[in-house]
Amino acid sequence: MEMKYNWDWSVLLCRLPEDDPTGTSETTFGGTTATAGGAAQTFDTGADCAQPYLDWIVSGLGWTVVVACCAWVITISLGSVIGVSRTVNQPMVRAIATTYVEIFRNIPLLVQMFIWFFVVPELLPEDAGRWVKRELPLPEYWTAIVCLGMYHASRTAEQVRAGIESIPLGQTHAGLATGLTRVQVYRYILLPVSYRIIIPPLTSDFMGIFKNSSVALTIGVMELTAQSRQIAEYTFNIFEAFTVATVLYMMVTLIVVTVMRVVEAKVRIPGTIAMGGG
Amino acid sequence: MIEVENVSKWFGDFQVLDDCSTQVDKGQVVVVCGPSGSGKSTLVKCVNGLEPFQEGIITVNGVSVGAEDTNLPKLRSQIGMVFQNFELFPHMTVLENICLSQMKVLKREKDEAEERGMKLLDRVDLIDQAAKHPAHLSGGQAQRVAIARALAMDPIAMLFDEPTSALDPEMINEVLDVMVTLAQEGMTMMVITHEMGFAKQVADRVVFMDEGRIEDDAGKDEFFGEPRGGRARLFLSKILTH
Repeated sequence: MEMKYNWDWSVLLCRLPEDDPTGTSETTFGGTTATAGGAAQTFDTGADCAQPYLDWIVSGLGWTVVVACCAWVITISLGSVIGVSRTVNQPMVRAIATTYVEIFRNIPLLVQMFIWFFVVPELLPEDAGRWVKRELPLPEYWTAIVCLGMYHASRTAEQVRAGIESIPLGQTHAGLATGLTRVQVYRYILLPVSYRIIIPPLTSDFMGIFKNSSVALTIGVMELTAQSRQIAEYTFNIFEAFTVATVLYMMVTLIVVTVMRVVEAKVRIPGTIAMGGG
Repeated sequence: MIEVENVSKWFGDFQVLDDCSTQVDKGQVVVVCGPSGSGKSTLVKCVNGLEPFQEGIITVNGVSVGAEDTNLPKLRSQIGMVFQNFELFPHMTVLENICLSQMKVLKREKDEAEERGMKLLDRVDLIDQAAKHPAHLSGGQAQRVAIARALAMDPIAMLFDEPTSALDPEMINEVLDVMVTLAQEGMTMMVITHEMGFAKQVADRVVFMDEGRIEDDAGKDEFFGEPRGGRARLFLSKILTH
């Protein structure tokens, strides 16, 4: 059975005239203006290019990249600290790190997003809560970054721990025996080796952050999925809108995979199976 | 130099060291032997604090290893250690392996550390391997690099934990040769090994361990002449028959 659908890519390609104001600007990225607020005034022009849809897409893609990359910085640094903490001798430190991992990986990301956005500001001291709600610019973006970063940190922590625990105890002994402190053993031996071991799962997780950043639309972050959905609602060109989103997500993750492959090849440890040894 | 007094150690309920006492004087070479599981490796790891012990006292150069206020990293930097499985750092080149602790512990400049490293590589006859990674070395070469890495810290004593046990037979001698030279130069050494030829050549004393106890601790000639413990005689007869 043939599907009845009129593909119309021109919707996404047209632009507004230069002097046509698009109403109040709420969310901007890279100088382009995307807005939901201006819709009412401009919708009756009747043209397909009632809104700068392409700019919306570009803006959405920009926010997806910014949110994901910022979250990844939190993920890799916090995840490393938590992962290392799970391998040290102090039972108290291990217990705290284990608790972190179990909390953040066991609650659905969507629920965590809502908790960070709606609940946490209420739990803060009054002044801090008011600052987050009233004065912090772009609160939903900061919230999304922190939430994504801390959620993925629990997964990265487990990868870092697995990497460290896969290194024979003799390596630690060899480092300590030459007079290195435990911190130095982690810094110069255990972490450099374990990061190299866990590059493949780290790559998957980095791509996961890009994909999971779409959940941020539920608290109002106008990232790629949110913009696509908005275009679909304005134009009813649902297929085009989400096809563009799909292709862009795949392009971004392909770039991540490619970059990580290069990194992996560059830092590979001679003598491992990956080098064709074994 | 190294004094071990009445040391006992337990892993949980299991006693691995039982009232061990021995000593290594400055410039002496003491060979420790005994069946596997007898606690010799644990004893040597107690000497530089890699393994904690519950009872007794170990002092190195007058510093108590087990004391709370002892600066263990500083003490360890003065005691070289060589392991059965070499334990070179796989992500670093041979030269980087030798320079790491010189720079991070002794705070030597990179140039100085590399110069010292190259000298030591020359000494163990591996100067052309400096830029290689450990995976590209033979076992004998890797162990000689490990010895160079330990010597780079200018240690006052060296501990060897079965340095030739993981090596193919034809590589054992190249490592033993380096160790013999070290011994002849007057390095204080505590060596776990079953190479009785090495013991006969350079050891001052031989310590025989069994089930966590030091069963025999005698001068080389006395030990090989007539071991007092029945178990030591049995052990010797087993490893010397072939």
